[in-house]
Amino acid sequence: MSRTQKVLEQDGLRYMPNFPLFPERASTLAGHVDALYFFLVALTLVFSVAIALGIAILAIRYRKERQPKPIQVEGSLALELTWTIIPLGITMVIFIWAAAIYFYETRPPKGAMEVYAVGKQWMWKFEHVEGQREINTLHVPLGRDVRMIMTSQDVIHSFFVPAFRTKADVLPGRYTSVWFRATKTGRYHLFCAEYCGTQHSGMIGEVVVMDPADYQQWAQSGTDGSLASFGEKAFQQYGCAMCHRADTQGRGPNLVGLYGKQVLLDDGRTLSADETYIRESIMNPGAKIASGFKNIMPTFEGQISEEEMVALVAYVKALGNGMANPPAPVANPDNGVYPVTPNKEPSMAAPNQQKSAPIQPKPSGK
Amino acid sequence: MSDSQTAVHVLKHHFRDMEQQNETASFGMWLFLVTEIMFFGGLFCAYLIYRVLYFDSFAAASSTIDVKWGAINTAVLICSSLTMAMAVHSAALGKRKALVGFLVLTIILGGVFLGIKGKEYYDKFEENHVPGSNYHFIVEPELAHKFHAIDPAKTEIFFSLYFIMTGLHATHMVVGFGLLLWLIIASMKGKFSPGYYSPVEMVGLYWHFVDIVWIWLFPLLYLISRHH
Amino acid sequence: MATAVQPVEKTNYLNADYGIKSWLLTTDHKRIALLYLASVTFFFFIGGFFAMLIRLELLTPAGDLMQADTYNKVFTMHGVIMVFFFLIPSIPAVLGNFLVPIMVGAKDLAFPKINLASWYLYMIGGGLTLYGLINGGLDTGWTFYTPFSTTYSNTNVSIVAIGVFINGFSSIFTGLNFIVTIHRMRAPGLTWSRLPLFLWAHYATAVIMVLGTPVIAITLLLVAAERLLHLGIFDAKLGGDPLLFQHLFWFYSHPAVYIMILPAMGVISELVTCFSRKRVFGYNFVALASIGIAVIGFLVWAHHMFVAGISVYAAMVFSFLSYLVAIPSAIKVFNWTATLYKGSIRFDTPMLYVFGFIGLFTIGGMTGLFLAALGLDVHVTDTYFVVAHFHYIMVGGAIMGYLGGLHFWWPKITGRMYPESWAKLSALLVFVGFNLTFFPQFVVGFLGMPRRYHAYPPEYQILNILSTAGASVLAIGYIFPMIYFAWSLRYGKKAPANPWNAAGLEWTIPSPPSTFNFDETPVVTWEAYNYDEIEETQEAEVVG
Repeated sequence: MSRTQKVLEQDGLRYMPNFPLFPERASTLAGHVDALYFFLVALTLVFSVAIALGIAILAIRYRKERQPKPIQVEGSLALELTWTIIPLGITMVIFIWAAAIYFYETRPPKGAMEVYAVGKQWMWKFEHVEGQREINTLHVPLGRDVRMIMTSQDVIHSFFVPAFRTKADVLPGRYTSVWFRATKTGRYHLFCAEYCGTQHSGMIGEVVVMDPADYQQWAQSGTDGSLASFGEKAFQQYGCAMCHRADTQGRGPNLVGLYGKQVLLDDGRTLSADETYIRESIMNPGAKIASGFKNIMPTFEGQISEEEMVALVAYVKALGNGMANPPAPVANPDNGVYPVTPNKEPSMAAPNQQKSAPIQPKPSGK
Repeated sequence: MSDSQTAVHVLKHHFRDMEQQNETASFGMWLFLVTEIMFFGGLFCAYLIYRVLYFDSFAAASSTIDVKWGAINTAVLICSSLTMAMAVHSAALGKRKALVGFLVLTIILGGVFLGIKGKEYYDKFEENHVPGSNYHFIVEPELAHKFHAIDPAKTEIFFSLYFIMTGLHATHMVVGFGLLLWLIIASMKGKFSPGYYSPVEMVGLYWHFVDIVWIWLFPLLYLISRHH
Repeated sequence: MATAVQPVEKTNYLNADYGIKSWLLTTDHKRIALLYLASVTFFFFIGGFFAMLIRLELLTPAGDLMQADTYNKVFTMHGVIMVFFFLIPSIPAVLGNFLVPIMVGAKDLAFPKINLASWYLYMIGGGLTLYGLINGGLDTGWTFYTPFSTTYSNTNVSIVAIGVFINGFSSIFTGLNFIVTIHRMRAPGLTWSRLPLFLWAHYATAVIMVLGTPVIAITLLLVAAERLLHLGIFDAKLGGDPLLFQHLFWFYSHPAVYIMILPAMGVISELVTCFSRKRVFGYNFVALASIGIAVIGFLVWAHHMFVAGISVYAAMVFSFLSYLVAIPSAIKVFNWTATLYKGSIRFDTPMLYVFGFIGLFTIGGMTGLFLAALGLDVHVTDTYFVVAHFHYIMVGGAIMGYLGGLHFWWPKITGRMYPESWAKLSALLVFVGFNLTFFPQFVVGFLGMPRRYHAYPPEYQILNILSTAGASVLAIGYIFPMIYFAWSLRYGKKAPANPWNAAGLEWTIPSPPSTFNFDETPVVTWEAYNYDEIEETQEAEVVG
């Protein structure tokens, strides 16, 4: 039995009523999208019928039998302007309306709960911060903002839930994000919407929206630790703690409080420490060097799976919130191989510090 | 051979007169060069985007190609454009020997260019800077000192673009050789005269274009951040 | 103007020379047009065969007709062949090649040998692509997205990429020829404002061909290079960026859709004027709208990437520009409709295709507004909604234009009339079959059915069945013309020089024309579509 058939025959999967014209609305976004859609359907109907009627009436009224000789009509500037400006006006209205919806759906509200997703040929792997891991089925609570943080292990996929009206491509080497707030319990289709190879049409699943209480219960059950705690284990296992200490003595920057802050790089640029920055710093540390530090971090490309990566990212994020244990101190590493870090701390260090003026690193001695 | 006799021989049946034929040929060649700009343009676009994103890696990779040979090649190619222009001039004046001579010189200079390019490619091959399974970029300490954020994977992208851009350019030069050879043979047979030398002009346009592409490639590929 | 009966053995471009060499080495633009007619028809049938396989598979929710890999190859090759080897060449290479020189009053295109080279490049590219097909096919989708195409696919990516690359030069040469011809070879008196709109449309198309095609050429070259040499330009794992591929690809492929539709719009302008016996309403606006579409069409490519990971602000810019590009098309539709006003309308087959085109293009164009709407596009992109939208434009629009033009100019090209009743029936079948095939796809797309799906949830089945049923009718509508056009070559009524009493230089010369078109270069002193000056000496309705 193929994967697709298994999903379809699962218990409880709701089938659409007899002749549906649109999917269920199960998110706060859905109604907005549908409103615009119906407006556009009406507009299309109006214009198509108008043109069709126009053609029919003119063709019949001026058919050769009734109008043997044509009367040449050159044109009319007034008409041209009218049917240029009015469509332009209408399209601008549509543009603004649609852009407003787009702004809404691309700005996740603060405090949204996060779920990590890794797409790979040909399945979805979900990792909840509480530690639950799922494949192809995503449990989410009703009425809470949920932000998906997603990456791909291989090719480009796309996370698509028709009932929520959201979609975002899932890319290798980057995190992309989509958010929704479910408004109806139930089970909804989840599709991969970017062609990704043999089983592209098998890379489907469902989103299960549960009552908040049920969700809480489900989330706590059967996990052996939160996602961040997995990340902490990986942090120790890969030796990150050797250089990234919770004080100023590490060869690498202190990561406590890093997430979300502005980072000053050694070439003068600043950027915001988001999930993609954290991931890149692990896979490709040489790309962006924090001011005051040397380019000595080894790359972990090929050593860390996307799932471990997601756990590490969750851990680093949690370090900022005080929701995770700071890196355990490591017995003093070998002496003298690397240069000592400068005395001054770069501006991203402690969580409570205001963003200070960029500090020029002193050349380190060796 | 008089001008009008040559003209009658070469006026194609669908043109009104030689003036229309020449202008049409010229228009066609310029338009073709516009398509070539778009063709190389895609590569330049990819190059510029990655250079901005990965500046340090690109600068480091660029510093490992020898400016000296690139500069010599630039001079060689500019000289070949000069000889090409002289060839067109000779054709306009009806000087057949000079025309053939300058065309031959152009090919020779073009050959020198390709020879030097071959040497440069060989050097890169020796240093394992040819992208693929044998690629290996060693970050020398002076390089790491100048450019902090060097990532070997990004240097490979530089070299991928380096080889594709210069390779595409070299391919165009080889096509140019074919065109020049054809012109040499036709000139020796006396096909051109002051009344009809449009093919020489057209090949000249093409050759100048290939030269201009190199004049863009040289600073972009060889001269990133050399002032350090 | 025309005489009643043609002399029996008049020399024309068809019988001027015999033998396969006279065809394969011809530089006569009219013969080259026929070479193209044969080859694009051949590729149309291959692409159509794959379409039939797709629709048969999608009759049932499960993937039971073929394996997933096979299905992926089928829809990929359907797209590659239809886009690159049928839609882009069709009207320009067949009707354009035949008519552009005649419409400007010239004996041939500016560069006849390059014209022939263009056909050979098409055949070589097509041959290589067919070889890729036979050698195991391609499964990346016609869009070749990376890193799937460069690193993960196990199929003939490089072969087909190079086949399409070579074909691109065919396109570039055709465009180059048209631009130079229209600029430099117009007959005395034929000013720009007297040009038939067919020429304005082909000029705009040629500009896009010349500027856009080199970009996809280099992009596909990079894909092949990356695949063969293991480079990392588009692969995130090797430091590259898959989005760069998408930008480069769509920079051409969006203007490419205007290459497909503009020539059809040019055809419609010619047909609607002839069968209304009137100058087109708002000539200047229709002409400038073609140029406007070509220019703005280069500025909207990232509307294919709204969910791909581009920034919100970039998305806003491209959405805005996409609405702007809709306006010139709307202007044309209004002007064509207004052309009917106070005309004297005839309902010959070409006019039926005009009506069909205007209706279907309106719907297809309006659904483009859905896709340009950012918030809505997020839901419908990558679903069957998009599939329906572009088929409305390309099949309901471009192919209708192509068929209408073929019928209109068939007497000029072959010297024969096609059978009118069969032609009208086929036009009706195409219209009905088309709507039944593609309208349900809007619905099933909004419901959420993604594209390129081999199997789908059962609730989408009814709509898929409707679509497949429509496809069968559409297929018949396409097969009939092939049969009766072939029949007409031998048994069709011999056509006079101007069976439609149409305006235009092509109707002043015999059907079929002689090899050099004009005995003497015409001097044009009249405006385009001077139907007030043209008498109806011919019985325009021909019974088949």
